[in-house]
Amino acid sequence: MELFNLGIKSIFIDNMVFAYFLGMCSFLAVSKKVNTAMGLGLAVIFVLTITVPVNWLLTEFILKEGALAGLSPSLATIDLTFLSFIMYIAVIAAMVQLVEMIIEKFSPALYGSLGIFLPLIAVNCAILGASLWMAERDYTLAEATVFGFSSGIGWLLAIIALAAIREKLKYSDVPDGLKGLGITMLLTGLMGIAFMSFMGIQL
Amino acid sequence: MSTETTEKVVEKKAAEALLSKRRKKFVNDPLNDDNPITVQVLGICSALAVTTQMRPTLTMAISVIFVMVFANLIISVMRSLVPTRVRIIVQLAVIATLVTLVSEVLKAYQYDMYKQLSVFVGLIITNCIVMGRLEAFALANKPWDSILDAVGNGVGYSWIILAVAFFRELFGSGKLFGWPVFEAIGIENFPNNGLMVTSVGAFFILGLIIWVQRNKTGYVEH
Repeated sequence: MELFNLGIKSIFIDNMVFAYFLGMCSFLAVSKKVNTAMGLGLAVIFVLTITVPVNWLLTEFILKEGALAGLSPSLATIDLTFLSFIMYIAVIAAMVQLVEMIIEKFSPALYGSLGIFLPLIAVNCAILGASLWMAERDYTLAEATVFGFSSGIGWLLAIIALAAIREKLKYSDVPDGLKGLGITMLLTGLMGIAFMSFMGIQL
Repeated sequence: MSTETTEKVVEKKAAEALLSKRRKKFVNDPLNDDNPITVQVLGICSALAVTTQMRPTLTMAISVIFVMVFANLIISVMRSLVPTRVRIIVQLAVIATLVTLVSEVLKAYQYDMYKQLSVFVGLIITNCIVMGRLEAFALANKPWDSILDAVGNGVGYSWIILAVAFFRELFGSGKLFGWPVFEAIGIENFPNNGLMVTSVGAFFILGLIIWVQRNKTGYVEH
């Protein structure tokens, strides 16, 4: 039950985009069409669900202070947490490469439409952000997995909603200076207000 | 931040002979016409997340400029050695090392700030500006040009996030750098705007700044 609550919390209340501004770059750049947004969202879910638990294992068994004590007692005082940035990003980059190869093999159309943004998932703040939050909040392995997966869903929801609005927006008369990024920022703000209403939920 | 000072010294020494008109463009363009945040749409995440107050924003700005300058320099020096296929990993490794450096320095000398910024220091790694400039500029240009490009983009990024933070802190909590502005000029009980402190306020402020700036520069997105 607690895991379920954590899931709901990460999807709606602590939504990656609206509460922490994570993954904004691709959120803004790839949200012009619902289909592309869907593809990217799914890729993000996949990468998040894998990388967060993997990074958890990495932290728990290698990086944490005393984690290497099992190998030899003399290593018990070693604290490698300062390496966590590099290790996390290496895991993420490797995973993204994997996803890229899988998508290229099974869905060339999606691969074509995601284009440059697929390798850029590696530098999507949402992915690294989730791993860093996981380390910061001391989750267990199960919690970390749920957190990764549901954060991804939250991100997918946000980007699809924005893409749907922007598809309609094509037919509106937006002032020149606001076209593109400006109006998208304001829209995201309004969507953020809608998501703030979830804050009232007690879990 | 002892590392900051060494960076500035290098800059000045080289600046006399090397600041030609072409190179000045590298620094000047990103300030407005080609601003990394408002025109290139890079680095939005951190632009919004840390900007509730001026002090963390300033720390963030300095850290990002530091990381950008050195990442651009290092990648530019190695640009002919790095095979295209593995360049992303190489770039990430360089950036992550620099960010680790920044994070350790902050942890040692500015622990409160480090706690306040929490994961966002680490997220400089995935700040699209750093990566974007490496891809777009440092991989194809000489070291000195790359440093100038990094400084230009870093400052362009900084002034936007400082502007956002200025409005958010002023109207959100009536302060600047923690100093109560409204009380000082004799306005008691200035109502704080709660919206500014939440994430939503950041979206609106940035949207409006983009609007104003694009009206001035005449840039229209299609």
